[in-house]
Amino acid sequence: MSRKNKVRNFHQAKWDEPVIFELSNKGERGILFPEIEKEIEMDIGDGISNLPKNMVREQPPNLPELSQMQVLKHYLRLSQQTLGADLNVDIGQGTCTMKYSPKINEKLATSSKFTELHPSQDETTVQGILEIIYKLDLFLREISGLDKFTFQPSGGSQAIYTIASIIHAHHEASGESEKRDEIITTMFSHPSDSAAPIVKGYKIINIYPNEDGLPAVEALEKAVSNRTAGLLITNPEDTGIFNPKIREFTRIVHEVGGVCGYDQANANGILGITRAKEAGFDLCFFNLHKTFSSPHGCGGPAAGALGVTEEFIKYLPTPLVEFDESKYFFNYDVPRSIGKVRAFYGVVPAILKAYSWIMSLGSKGLKEVSEVAVLNNNYLLKKVLELRGANAPYAEGRHRIEQVRYSWDELYRETGVTTEDITCRMVDFGFHMWSSHHPFIVPQPFTLEPTESYSKAEIDEYIAGLKKVVEEAYENPELVKTAPHRSVVHKINTDSLNDPARWAITWRAYLKKSKK
Amino acid sequence: MNKKRNLVHPYIPNSVPEIKKQMLEEIGVKDIDTLYEDIPEDLRFTGEMNLPDPLPSEYALERHVSQLLAKNQTCQENLSFLGGDCWQHYVPAICDEINQRAEFLTAYAGEPYEDHGRFQTLFEYASMMGELLDMDVVNVPTYDWGQAASTSIRMAARITKRTEVLVAESISPDRLLIIRNYCKPIIKIELVKYDKKTGKLDIDDLKAKISSNTAGIYFENPSYLGCIEDQGKIISDIAHTHGALSLIGVDPISLGILIPPSNYGADIVCGDIQGLGMHMQYGGSLAGFIATRDEERFVMEYPSRLFGITTTAVEGEHGFGDVTYDRTSFHDRIEGKEFIGTATALWGITAGVYLALVGPQGIQELGKLIMQKSQYAMKKLSEIEGVSIPFFTSSHFKEFVVDFSTSSKMVKEVNKALLEEGIFGGKDISKEFPELGNCAVYCITEIHTKEDIDRLVHAVDECLKKEEPK
Amino acid sequence: MKKVGLIVNPIAGMGGKVGLKGTDGQAILAEAKRMGAEQVSPQRTVKALERLIPLKNAIEIITYPQEMGEEVANQCGFNPKVIGSITQGMTSSDDTKQACKDLLKMKIDLLLFAGGDGTARDIYNSIGNEIVVLGIPTGVKMHSSVFTYNPMRAGDLAMIYLQGKVKELKEAEVMDVDEEAFRNGFVSAKLYGYLRIPFGKRYTQGLKAGSPPTEKYSQEAIAQKIIDDMENDCFYIIGPGTTTRTIMEKLNLDFTLLGVDLLYRKKLIEEDLNEKKLLEHIKGKKAKLVITPIGGQGFLFGRGNQQLSPNVIKEVGKDNIIVIATSHKINSLNGHPFLIDSGNTELDRLLSGYVIVITGYQESVVYRVIS
Repeated sequence: MSRKNKVRNFHQAKWDEPVIFELSNKGERGILFPEIEKEIEMDIGDGISNLPKNMVREQPPNLPELSQMQVLKHYLRLSQQTLGADLNVDIGQGTCTMKYSPKINEKLATSSKFTELHPSQDETTVQGILEIIYKLDLFLREISGLDKFTFQPSGGSQAIYTIASIIHAHHEASGESEKRDEIITTMFSHPSDSAAPIVKGYKIINIYPNEDGLPAVEALEKAVSNRTAGLLITNPEDTGIFNPKIREFTRIVHEVGGVCGYDQANANGILGITRAKEAGFDLCFFNLHKTFSSPHGCGGPAAGALGVTEEFIKYLPTPLVEFDESKYFFNYDVPRSIGKVRAFYGVVPAILKAYSWIMSLGSKGLKEVSEVAVLNNNYLLKKVLELRGANAPYAEGRHRIEQVRYSWDELYRETGVTTEDITCRMVDFGFHMWSSHHPFIVPQPFTLEPTESYSKAEIDEYIAGLKKVVEEAYENPELVKTAPHRSVVHKINTDSLNDPARWAITWRAYLKKSKK
Repeated sequence: MNKKRNLVHPYIPNSVPEIKKQMLEEIGVKDIDTLYEDIPEDLRFTGEMNLPDPLPSEYALERHVSQLLAKNQTCQENLSFLGGDCWQHYVPAICDEINQRAEFLTAYAGEPYEDHGRFQTLFEYASMMGELLDMDVVNVPTYDWGQAASTSIRMAARITKRTEVLVAESISPDRLLIIRNYCKPIIKIELVKYDKKTGKLDIDDLKAKISSNTAGIYFENPSYLGCIEDQGKIISDIAHTHGALSLIGVDPISLGILIPPSNYGADIVCGDIQGLGMHMQYGGSLAGFIATRDEERFVMEYPSRLFGITTTAVEGEHGFGDVTYDRTSFHDRIEGKEFIGTATALWGITAGVYLALVGPQGIQELGKLIMQKSQYAMKKLSEIEGVSIPFFTSSHFKEFVVDFSTSSKMVKEVNKALLEEGIFGGKDISKEFPELGNCAVYCITEIHTKEDIDRLVHAVDECLKKEEPK
Repeated sequence: MKKVGLIVNPIAGMGGKVGLKGTDGQAILAEAKRMGAEQVSPQRTVKALERLIPLKNAIEIITYPQEMGEEVANQCGFNPKVIGSITQGMTSSDDTKQACKDLLKMKIDLLLFAGGDGTARDIYNSIGNEIVVLGIPTGVKMHSSVFTYNPMRAGDLAMIYLQGKVKELKEAEVMDVDEEAFRNGFVSAKLYGYLRIPFGKRYTQGLKAGSPPTEKYSQEAIAQKIIDDMENDCFYIIGPGTTTRTIMEKLNLDFTLLGVDLLYRKKLIEEDLNEKKLLEHIKGKKAKLVITPIGGQGFLFGRGNQQLSPNVIKEVGKDNIIVIATSHKINSLNGHPFLIDSGNTELDRLLSGYVIVITGYQESVVYRVIS
């Protein structure tokens, strides 16, 4: 059967699986631990009697009691009720860079030669993993043009916070940290580019996009002053539009004494094409779980690899991994270090996977990744714009880099069907379709990012899914508005999730509140 | 790849030249470069990235990376007594099975429908943690304990509208660095001394330092030095008398036998779940939890995702979704609480699997086992000449300080000698806690047999008996 | 059962297509009809009402006869309760006012009205702040912010309000221009007052719905920022608007609803000043001007705050103009720049470009201004 332009007759697994507490049977055991040796027991006793009385837990915690296979089955069923990137044409979660996470990398990262390493082991016993960390640093230096990377931040947002901390330390060194209290960003940069610096005590100046979707140089000129601490910006922005004047942006900020930080969460289309260095940035970070293929794990573990120019190395969190031509070692001697942002050295499995991924592709392969991601995106853009009721605000007629923030506003005005409705209906065909995060300035937004991992046939299938739902929106909007129909569950009631009297974040809270 | 221009890489389906051509035609451009029209020439990187020759064949790649990993010596091949923020506990096979499931491993941020399983597992994780902690609200896990403690402190500052926090000096020094950076320059951190004899908090020092500006007092139980703090109620009461919150870090695996901090006055509890089913992964598998009572003033201050159970359009169906999503920076970048991003959800799911397997009996048995073994190790080590256990009179859980001051050897030297015997000695804290002298923190868990402990004791004894190397 | 009042100004919007700016008054209406204008208001009202169909059994629509609401309500399948009387084809502003009075007595939960600025003014004059209203935009002049962006949105917002999902109300400006002057190419929009409308935060994702920081919260954060930054030896001219008014409320000062007030050292010098009085006070002294965009189109100067004349602006100086607005307000402009029409072309040009807008205690945005 030809699958061309056809959507699947899909239905997601629906096990009607109870909450694990509902499966509990008193006395069942899922796993046993070794017995205590007789000699120890004779010598020490039960180990608990000599605890201070006020510290002993009398009642065991009310955990569920299940046998081993029953635990396994429960979680396998729940796994089937989760739509991972390995199962769907995952181009609907724009900005998330859903790509193939090669299984060989999982195999390597689950080897006991890695998993059984303790972070405080003697350096001589961990030369292999230190070499991997150090080499990935070298690779990313090439990709960004900057001079040193740390992998301590465990996600993009923590990397942004780390950048804000370094900016603060930099101005503190010149006695200007109190005066310089403003961070400039743009509306189409990630929300964390505002949210994280605020935690650091910064005020935020957001630059609104013009009709072309880009922040204007004149707007930046208005924003900068001797109070500017720095600039935190994505490029391409979340619209997929590349800001060609980025070097002017960094120049203007540098001229007033500010530091320029580059949020490279959207780097998948520009590897080997354009770099942080040439654009004039002092700091940048990549998400290893996005561009560099470490899997997303339902929302982490993740890693934000943070790079700096020579001038900023002295502020990095400790330790740095270095090489003295004979061995790899930790350097704690970082004079103006901000301290630490995470325990030990970061999410090392993500580092290992990113290393392996880059080793498979090499310089030309990385560029091919980006070029094909951009090719896929512009192909998709062309096809989406052919759909009734869809459009791509800003930069009309231009090509985009790796993703596009689209709008269903026209479809909404004509049918009353919203982005949310379409998201729920796409689920019925086995697809995600993500709207966007703050700020909600594109009406009825949706964001698609077809990375290099998807074949043309798959992109066509996704388009066929969108087309089908658009047709339904015009012909039978009720069908779309009441979706999902073939997913795990039906439309959830969100009211109680926002009502303190009814929300239940744990089973015990649910039992208490539903009794009332 | 240099020579083979048209290599089709297995990760890039559309690198097939014919398909590329077809797609370019569809778009209406002659080459891919045209698609980059917005990137000006002077921003183009024209050089070649200096990366090693790639290994596109999976066999070559596996061989290369495996060879690198082979240079490592692991805690499985050796006998390790390292602890201190990362612990070697037994990982049940089902934990690995579930977190390697492609569905969980590669999912991300779908909706409560197609990702129902993700929401339910994380709700269940929070629910089981809630039982362990005897608290009604637990977050979707954050990066690590350091972040969880930092956020607990920030939450306390927002709730009390105060900007000073007291932290027990017996905290992990690395965690203190994380907290300091996360609080700077908004919240002032002041340290409260610990009693050098008992390792517990110095109540007099606490009383001297707490004031009406104090947002909270943060201490850990057991502490980084391994001591069980049995004055929790007294500390919490002092905090509450001053209008401050009691913030307590805890090792969740100890809660089968120890009472949870909520029972001695904790307002916010935090800690790390790495021990609950995650391999150490060179410290890469940490994940922090935060728990509170179910009060609006607490719930509304979480920056994390909180998943709740709800009903659906169909009678009897469980649905799940975000509770008060508007708190988060995803919803509002300025007014959101702190910030939210990709953190450690997969480890939350795994810890849920672990708790489901272990159950109420298992968690108790496990706690008891660890207590017995660590006490045995303390006792045996303390019998060695030149070794003392500084806080011997206090209760410990799995970690304890070992002092080599009366021997002729530095911790470093002891550890070097142990390493030669295939033993990773305790973590050297002589720089972190210089006031304690020549000390290391040893960690004993359920994985250590009597034989292992005896081997350690023997090796330490042998090492100390040896002549000074000089 | 919730009661929804419905008033349709059937002739609103008729002037638009034939180039007449508004249809206030019978003579102009006749002119519009002569030029071939057709009614547009009823069809646009239908677009809004259709969105309420799911609530058909949960609400009662009370309306005026025929083209003033009965017809569109029937068309959408409602079974409206019809009150009052009109002369078909000859409705006027008086009918709108009478309908308001009649509906007020019926204790309705929400008044939906379709029209333009003139209609909004009639509503305001008849009911003031007594009931919650919502404007369906069907007119030509649309300076008032009591209207939603399009008719569908009015229906959607009414729906969630009637379902009890929107608990917050906001005061929205009622503005109108003198049509005669408008037709002669001279615009002078005046701020007449405020009506209470449901506060619907736009684009909030329903999947993750809840209670965003309220408009009031944002306004208070902005006001606190202005107050904390106030300099001692400086006059503060506070322009009209609900966001600027919050500053006065926070300082516990008297203020005028629609006019311009003057502060010095956080004390009220005088309220409701005109251009002349303003100039007398600030001439040669340091003064700052705090303004917020007025109305649905985002005018900084020239609509609703004519007291802030070119002379006043020049005296204050460009650098001493502080613009404040909530993010919600800015987003509601759909990316359209702020507008300036001060009456002085040269000054307009000078003020054009980019302006920093304070949008919160720790947040500001850079936004474009055109004349």
